[in-house]
Amino acid sequence: MQNSVEIKNLDLQFGAVKVLQNLNLEIGKGEFLVLLGSSGCGKSTLLNCIAGLLDVSGGQIHINDRNVTWAEPSDRGIGMVFQSYALYPQMTVEGNLSFGLKNAKLPKPEIAKRIKHASEVLQIEPLLKRKPAALSGGQRQRVAIGRALVRDVDVFLFDEPLSNLDAKLRADLRVEIKRLHHKLQNTMIYVTHDQIEAMTLADRIAIMRGGQIMQLGSPDEIYGQPINKYVADFIGSPSMNFLEGNIKNGTFEMGELSIPLDGYEFGDTGAATEGAATMGIRPEHVVTGELVESTPFQVDVEVNLIEPTGSDTLVDCEVAGHHFRVRMDGQSRVSVGEKLRLGFAPARASLFDAKTELRL
Amino acid sequence: MSSTRPNQLFRNISSKIAAIPMIVTALFVFVGGTIWTVVYSFTNSGLLPRLQWVGLDQYERLWATRKWLISIENLAIYGLCMLVLVFVIGFILAALIDQKIRFEDTIRTVILYPYALSFVVTGLVWQWMLNPEFGVQKVVRGWGWESFTFDPLYSADIAIYGVLIAGIWQGSGLVMVLMLAGLRGIDQDVWKASRVDGIPTWKAYIFVIIPMMRPVFVTTLVIVVTGIVKIYDLIVAQTGGGPGISTEVPAKYVYDMMFQANNLGQGFAASTMMLVTVALIVIPWAILEFGGSKHRD
Repeated sequence: MQNSVEIKNLDLQFGAVKVLQNLNLEIGKGEFLVLLGSSGCGKSTLLNCIAGLLDVSGGQIHINDRNVTWAEPSDRGIGMVFQSYALYPQMTVEGNLSFGLKNAKLPKPEIAKRIKHASEVLQIEPLLKRKPAALSGGQRQRVAIGRALVRDVDVFLFDEPLSNLDAKLRADLRVEIKRLHHKLQNTMIYVTHDQIEAMTLADRIAIMRGGQIMQLGSPDEIYGQPINKYVADFIGSPSMNFLEGNIKNGTFEMGELSIPLDGYEFGDTGAATEGAATMGIRPEHVVTGELVESTPFQVDVEVNLIEPTGSDTLVDCEVAGHHFRVRMDGQSRVSVGEKLRLGFAPARASLFDAKTELRL
Repeated sequence: MSSTRPNQLFRNISSKIAAIPMIVTALFVFVGGTIWTVVYSFTNSGLLPRLQWVGLDQYERLWATRKWLISIENLAIYGLCMLVLVFVIGFILAALIDQKIRFEDTIRTVILYPYALSFVVTGLVWQWMLNPEFGVQKVVRGWGWESFTFDPLYSADIAIYGVLIAGIWQGSGLVMVLMLAGLRGIDQDVWKASRVDGIPTWKAYIFVIIPMMRPVFVTTLVIVVTGIVKIYDLIVAQTGGGPGISTEVPAKYVYDMMFQANNLGQGFAASTMMLVTVALIVIPWAILEFGGSKHRD
């Protein structure tokens, strides 16, 4: 696959503070890449560097095989959508869409054609004569996407576009962005701190922390084989349960409990490394009830707390002194203080070195 | 009974009591005083007010007086130039300071400093600055440009522009600070969006940023215009209305008539004319600005 955006050894520092360090990233044509991380991880900074809104301290940025490291944002062949919409409030929707094009001295029929196309795709035709103040949040964000669309570019940059919307609208617009991507087949780089957005939209996710990419992979890989404990903890809601213990002779020992590791696929080493380790198991991979009989590892616990969410019920308990959460079906009837038998398959768990926190 | 609606008169009673002194002041001093002045402008009051009607005589005399006509002309020149220049200079300074420059606090303080000086001090300082014996002219001639002449306050035709310089020096700092506050209130994403759209900076200012700053502009306009209309102390300190009567202004005319010439009636007529002028400007604007507010988005 041809690369649409290539970032080579990118450095960015403000004074003595290094925000991005030696960052490399290749994004294929038509790919939907999500930059995911908690606030302050450098994801928005990276996006601003790609857009040319921040001057980099070192390294190169190529878009469509052209070195654009020092090009103006408008010459990079990008369109950008911002969290706060950033519409021009004194212009109508049509004015917002056409302002950049008029400024670029495009012929009028061409501008009209592009606005027509964009407003059809985004279903904002009835709004063209209105001003942004007369639009709802969702409509404003559509217009903002439209402003990127009329630029007729290959790369779309989204900077937390849905963060200012309420939950329901966010879910609706998320689907729409996905549909838009299917339709246009443009390269899209999308910054978010919302893992649901990341998981649902992305072809690949880049998890960022401290100005570096921790893991780059498909949503499946990130969810199933997190490369280190940070990623494992960050992805998934409710977050992964961690149990601390030792690996000895192919079992994970934790006080009196021992978990057989048959079926767990070790990484590079291919075999169990002896020593202190952390086992991570997602609450949704723990089973209860009749299914327990079929799992290699089983344990009895006492229910400490119940959080019913409707679709699921989250059960808090303790396993060998560690706080442990289990996701059960919303229909299941459990009560606090009740004894519960849990089981899980180590094949679905993740093992991390206790020191380096890397996946074993 | 709790089911009956409480008397509207007693809702928030403490705030209403607190507001009474201001309401009384506004009614008796401002409204009452204004009406009283307008009424007595139709009398021939001299040193003391007296109710002896003379119809429009005071106004006829007023508009036949050269000093009043020059006052009006001066106010128009000063007001128009002041308004335009102070906005342009203030905005440009604010835009320059907004470029993430170093020593921003220092520069902002230096530019705002003149505003902390009273008009009397400003007038005196600029009287000296524009004095050919020891002001700007002397300094430039000292550098070797012997024929350099810069003494606006000594030529009746342009003396008002000498006052204008002082006024701008004093007022542009405040406009800058207000504009800067407005600029800082603009969402940075709008700037980013305009850069991605490829809009040149000056175009972004004119078509996007300034329209977004409309509330700040209105506030600044009110402050600047009221400052212009009541201009008095700057003139007294800097030129005393001279040379001759070339820098007279309406407020000074009113003061001179009432307290120097012992001609209250003439002073009242002049101040009524000032009120009418301001009202002619403010009322249509207020109707435009607030009257149709229900239909605006």
